[in-house]
Amino acid sequence: MSGNGIGYGEQGGEVAPELAQEAAPTTAPSVPAAFGLFSSDTKKNEDLKQMLESSKDSAKLDAMKRIVGMIAKGKNASELFPAVVKNVASKNIEIKKLVYVYLMRYAEEQQDLALLSISTFQRALKDPNQLIRASALRVLSSIRVPIIVPIMMLAIKEASSDLSPYVRKNAAHAIQKLYSLDPEQKEMLIEVIEKLLRDRSTLVAGSVVMAFEEVCPDRIDLIHKNYRKLCNLLVDVEEWGQVVIIHMLTRYARTQFVSPWKTDEDVGDEYNENNFYESDEEQKEKDRKVKKTYTMDPDHRLLLRNTKPLLQSRNAAVVMAVAQLYWHLAPKSEAGIISKSLVRLLRSNREVQYIVLQNIATMSIQRKGMFEPYLKSFYVRSTDPTMIKTLKLEIMTNLANEANISTLLREFQTYVKSQDKQFAAATIQAIGRCATNISEVTDTCLNGLVCLLSNRDEIVVAESVVVIKKLLQTQPAHHGEIIKHMAKLLDNITVPVARASILWLIGEYCERVPKIAPDVLRKTAKSFTNEDDLVKLQILNLGAKLYLTNSKQTKLLTQYVLNLGKYDQSYDIRDRTRFIRQLIVPNEKSGALSKYAKKIFLAQKPAPLLESPFKDRDHFQLGTLSHTLNSRATGYLELSDWPEVAPDPAVRNVEVAESAKEWTAILSKTKKEKPTEKFYSESEEEEEDSASTSATESESGSESEKERKEESSSNESSESSSSTGVSSDSESEESTEKKTSGAAEESDSEDIKKKAKEISKSRSTFSSSDTESSSSEESSSNSKSESDSNNDSDTEKSRNATSSKKGEKTVQGRKAPNKQDVFLLDLDDFYPVTTPVAVPAAAILSPSLTADLEGLSLSGSPVIDVTTQVFVPTKMHEMLHRMTGKGLSAHYQFSRQPCIFGDRMVSVQVTLTNTSDQKIENIHIGEKKLPPGMRMHEFNPIECLEPERSVTVSMGIDFCDSTQTASFQLCTKDDHFNVNIQPPVGELLLPVTMSEKDFKKEQGMLTGMNETSATIDVAPQNSTSRVITERLMKAANLGVVPSGQDKIHRFAAKTVHSGSLMLVTVELKESSTAQLIINTEKTVIGSVLLRELKPVLSQG
Amino acid sequence: MLSQPTAADPVAFRAAQPGAEAWVSALCSHPTWSPVQNALKGIAEKMIHSLFLINCSGDIFLEKHWKSVVSQSVCDYFFEAQEKAIDVENVPPVISTPHHYLISIYRDKIFFVSVIQTEVPPLFVIEFLHRVADTFQDYFGECSETAIKDNVVIVYELLEEMLDNGFPLATESNILKELIKPPTILRSVVNSITGSSNVGDTLPTGQLSNIPWRRAGVKYTNNEAYFDVIEEIDAIIDKSGSTVFAEIQGVIDSCIKLSGMPDLSLSFMNPRLLDDVSFHPCIRFKRWESERVLSFIPPDGNFRLISYRVSSQNLVAIPVYVKHLISFKENSSSGRFDVTIGPKQNMGKTVEGVVMTVHMPKAVLNMNLTATQGSYTFDPVTKVLAWDVGKITPQKLPNLKGIVNLQSGAPKPEENPSLNIQFKIQQLAISGLKVNRLDMYGEKYKPFKGVKYITKAGKFQVRT
Repeated sequence: MSGNGIGYGEQGGEVAPELAQEAAPTTAPSVPAAFGLFSSDTKKNEDLKQMLESSKDSAKLDAMKRIVGMIAKGKNASELFPAVVKNVASKNIEIKKLVYVYLMRYAEEQQDLALLSISTFQRALKDPNQLIRASALRVLSSIRVPIIVPIMMLAIKEASSDLSPYVRKNAAHAIQKLYSLDPEQKEMLIEVIEKLLRDRSTLVAGSVVMAFEEVCPDRIDLIHKNYRKLCNLLVDVEEWGQVVIIHMLTRYARTQFVSPWKTDEDVGDEYNENNFYESDEEQKEKDRKVKKTYTMDPDHRLLLRNTKPLLQSRNAAVVMAVAQLYWHLAPKSEAGIISKSLVRLLRSNREVQYIVLQNIATMSIQRKGMFEPYLKSFYVRSTDPTMIKTLKLEIMTNLANEANISTLLREFQTYVKSQDKQFAAATIQAIGRCATNISEVTDTCLNGLVCLLSNRDEIVVAESVVVIKKLLQTQPAHHGEIIKHMAKLLDNITVPVARASILWLIGEYCERVPKIAPDVLRKTAKSFTNEDDLVKLQILNLGAKLYLTNSKQTKLLTQYVLNLGKYDQSYDIRDRTRFIRQLIVPNEKSGALSKYAKKIFLAQKPAPLLESPFKDRDHFQLGTLSHTLNSRATGYLELSDWPEVAPDPAVRNVEVAESAKEWTAILSKTKKEKPTEKFYSESEEEEEDSASTSATESESGSESEKERKEESSSNESSESSSSTGVSSDSESEESTEKKTSGAAEESDSEDIKKKAKEISKSRSTFSSSDTESSSSEESSSNSKSESDSNNDSDTEKSRNATSSKKGEKTVQGRKAPNKQDVFLLDLDDFYPVTTPVAVPAAAILSPSLTADLEGLSLSGSPVIDVTTQVFVPTKMHEMLHRMTGKGLSAHYQFSRQPCIFGDRMVSVQVTLTNTSDQKIENIHIGEKKLPPGMRMHEFNPIECLEPERSVTVSMGIDFCDSTQTASFQLCTKDDHFNVNIQPPVGELLLPVTMSEKDFKKEQGMLTGMNETSATIDVAPQNSTSRVITERLMKAANLGVVPSGQDKIHRFAAKTVHSGSLMLVTVELKESSTAQLIINTEKTVIGSVLLRELKPVLSQG
Repeated sequence: MLSQPTAADPVAFRAAQPGAEAWVSALCSHPTWSPVQNALKGIAEKMIHSLFLINCSGDIFLEKHWKSVVSQSVCDYFFEAQEKAIDVENVPPVISTPHHYLISIYRDKIFFVSVIQTEVPPLFVIEFLHRVADTFQDYFGECSETAIKDNVVIVYELLEEMLDNGFPLATESNILKELIKPPTILRSVVNSITGSSNVGDTLPTGQLSNIPWRRAGVKYTNNEAYFDVIEEIDAIIDKSGSTVFAEIQGVIDSCIKLSGMPDLSLSFMNPRLLDDVSFHPCIRFKRWESERVLSFIPPDGNFRLISYRVSSQNLVAIPVYVKHLISFKENSSSGRFDVTIGPKQNMGKTVEGVVMTVHMPKAVLNMNLTATQGSYTFDPVTKVLAWDVGKITPQKLPNLKGIVNLQSGAPKPEENPSLNIQFKIQQLAISGLKVNRLDMYGEKYKPFKGVKYITKAGKFQVRT
């Protein structure tokens, strides 16, 4: 407020328009218009403040409307912030909305006050209504206040596993906002993105890909597993999302598939290959490889097939996106289908036309044939804006060939006469280009252009002269007549470029017009001083050339001109004069060069190339901003060249981590083609029934296999679109039902059995039918990934159990007889069954460490002691599979002991096993890629590991109390492998003991924001205290706090890095529910832990 | 600009707000937050950053920012480009400035200028901006400066819903109308009395389902479904009267007022006519591919079902012919103008609503004409001659004839102006397209169905 005195003076200029607004009858009729006349800025805002504080909603609403009006006009309304922000909790939706609008605009400027509103949003984030949750997240994440980054992070993480896809969509949007606010959060955000990418909802897909493109476009590896899903969902994604996904997939495909273009070359001479082979070995071999082995990757085909329908979209951006995808990815023979759709866009708005025409111009240079049938669609109308006209002209010129040139030239004749002179000039250039490109019409064009020289309009004449000059240069035939004609014109033409061109022509061909040339020089010498610089230079040039060829007649003239040039104002001309004089006029000083003067001036000049300005644009991806501007825009991502050899296509096989289905899905590949087909169409038919559309399926029985494939997948997509109304809703309902009743698992296990049977029937062939297996597996994994909810990990676990059992059986059953098979199945993600590994005794080290750690504890109160762990999990995590590790395999587990290397580190036991038949030497840790703040203590290098031996080493990692992955290289003597360790949140803790009293005291201090809680269903067998303790201990490294009440169980721990307390309370309630409460300063970890603990107890 | 002293300094903040002290200290102790890091910027921000609405006289009358605020001065680059362009139509849609890119559209005398910071498909932005303009049109009946200014709050609410962080969120008019009710005179009166608002108090349902274009619980007493088959003829006729280029562009606009969740399928007598079709997202593409039937769950209300093109390979019947004689005499300040329009191949239907507009050359000062039918106007400033003919009766062909006054001394115009013709033929689809039948599934009631055909001139130009 103190600044108002000054502010008044500054804003004086603004008062008047605001008064006008005030007086306007449309705004705020409740305010007397006269009021405004006497009020200053401050007073007016005072009045708004009063209205905002009034008890009546209508007054508030009026005030807010006026404020929004101010914002819309770009006026400053920031001083109202305190008054406005109070209304954030208003019951009235419209007031609330307008306050949101205000907040988003000014929160950045008034950060401290903005914080007052945060709690409202936090509350709304827990609202049962998904739309309220979503909008709370939307506004919260739009408030650009750095201090709330942790809160946003938390909210995003939570929302990303919300049951409602709409909330998840908003979470994806929020990712980008948080990232732009605080790039440091990248790693965590990538985790969320990774999770959301797995989402099967069409609502989420577009938004999360957008987030991916913004946050981590280089992490192409995140796409692999979602590639097929994205392709299949594409048709049903909303249009804006489609554009983003298509652009991303274009980039992706260029890195993953080999070029389909080389196959267009002839494959004729395969028989006499051998002869060539010897003579021209390398080259030929390469060719042969490409020719012989190229078959399009089924995934590549999938993308092309699934984007094709989108050419029919009403959204121009989608059509363009598909068009560029086909242009960059499809075999040349197939790209033609896009032209029709692009031509259709030409009927759209001027701006759309402009962009589309630009892209067509680029395309039409490379592949004329694509647009030739549509030549007439590019005919110009007199009502088109000039920029559209010139682009159309450009395309027509590109498309010109022997067959259509006469039609085109007739059309051009009309354009030359256009009232739009700029366009007429462009047409003349176009004629020039046609003339050079098509030799048959060169003479016709030249004659036509000469006729134009008598045109009334100067611009047209000038342009013609310039083009004729270029043409004559390319046509070294005798054109004396034309030159003479042009020399005559010189008197009338005033446009400098044209004059200069004529002079140059006469100079260049002065021997052909020996009589006229000196005369022209005479004339121009007279007018030299009044000419444009451009013309002056050409006069000098002409003089020099004539001096060399016809010095008798022109010597004096030239010297006169040179003298004039010597004293010219322009240094460029003075320079040139001096240069020419030294070169051509022989004197004692002139060096050896003057001998060659004739050669220098009258050298054969290369003809100019008349090229399209769109010639070099194709190195930009079509449809991009960079392409439109023809310069690299910020943030432009280069489209990579095709790889020589395609990367492993198996990465796209969907293997949702450690799920049984994924396992069987991979196995299902081993089935022979026929059973796959059968299986697939069965599931298809099931869907068909639910979707009440006519079954086209049965008809296709007799059709060939390939067709069937297409049919089935296309059916699938039609299914998803047709089922939109009735079935998909019921589907999702079903899935939720299933989830609660646990029926999903049953059906899963049935699936598994069924598949396993089939597998056992025919496991030897490894068919290439990737697409099918993926889609079938997707359909089977539907229910799972759709219900990507809180009890996610719960189902996962149970699956894990089944999978490991199943996996064990199958693997054990098959391992021995058929090792090769296992290799093909790529067991990378398969969790091995826990093997008993010797866990080193912990007791030796711990006492001294407890003492050390005591000093660290946050509260410093002696009652809180770090205890030894109660339970050591035997679960091994795989770090390096023996196949990828070339015989070296590595597993890690968390020993739950205080780390000896540093008191902020988590100790990790790594078991290294040599499964090869040679010894592995010098195993050590190489380059580390740790997130900022993270530290790692590596194990001592292992000199040598004998075959079939294993060794356990321990290392310490300071995870900084986050669940970020520690990535590093595990090196052997001659290899290095990238591995990473990701800690479950439960392992980031050290158990502590404390008394119940202390617990309650600490808990009392950690309320409010520091408390997270959830109500969970507890399975009946889990309600005993022993089971609860056991289960919780298994999930997290907690210490038990003795409890006086039967129903309440308390656990305490502290985080390893910062030593913050983590208090866990389980309070059993009636009807087998329980309240799970976590109190900690580390809200992020607290909420993650909460999520992890929830399923632990509810699980049966 | 992010590192505001107050926010970066927790102490100062605490002093200002004692109540929130504990709260903030908890926030600040979080290791992932540090106040300094936000000073570094330059992170790519995609999509639409800000939007400015500019009228023809160059006033910025509305601005909206989705991220941090971009100063109005960025529009100076736009104004610069605007000055360079000969007319509004020629302002380049994409302009590059040192720090931003401006992508603009021109609609209804308003420039929608969006500010972009990084690479983005330009069509994406253009298409979106047009969608915004369409929405305004839909809401306010017109997309004009006054309409926007009068409804600035609704405009703001709409923009807020349509774009989240610069990325389109809800662009379906059905959804938007549930979120924000369009203004009507009655409602604004009621609102001013009761203090209630335009913001919908029920939350939209469509956005959350797989059919985002339709809301749930639609109810009508009269269930109706209307389809308008509208075809436009694009043509260029040359001097001699022969057709240089002609094709038919058609659309089917629908007005569906059906209760519940009807599932419609529309079939044609001759679907093969349609050469290239683009669909509303509601249409099941595969069904069209296999059976050439349009099968869809319609949005509620008015929408464009498909647009199609009948290829230029097919012979297009041109329903009118034009006889013209326009000449400017050398070295005299006058010229002759004589145009007659007549019907041709009209399949027994009358050609009506005929209007001819001509952009006369700059040298034309005035025109002195007589029309045998209808009335004409000539605007000496824009040099546009408009002749409203009305209905053509074959018995007496409409004719416009007279003298053209030229600027004395000016050279005679090179080229004769082209004539742009508009006309309308009711109850006829010039391509011969015919709707066969409309079936409804999923609901029990019997709807009232109607199909209307109309043919119009599109970009119909006669060169003279």
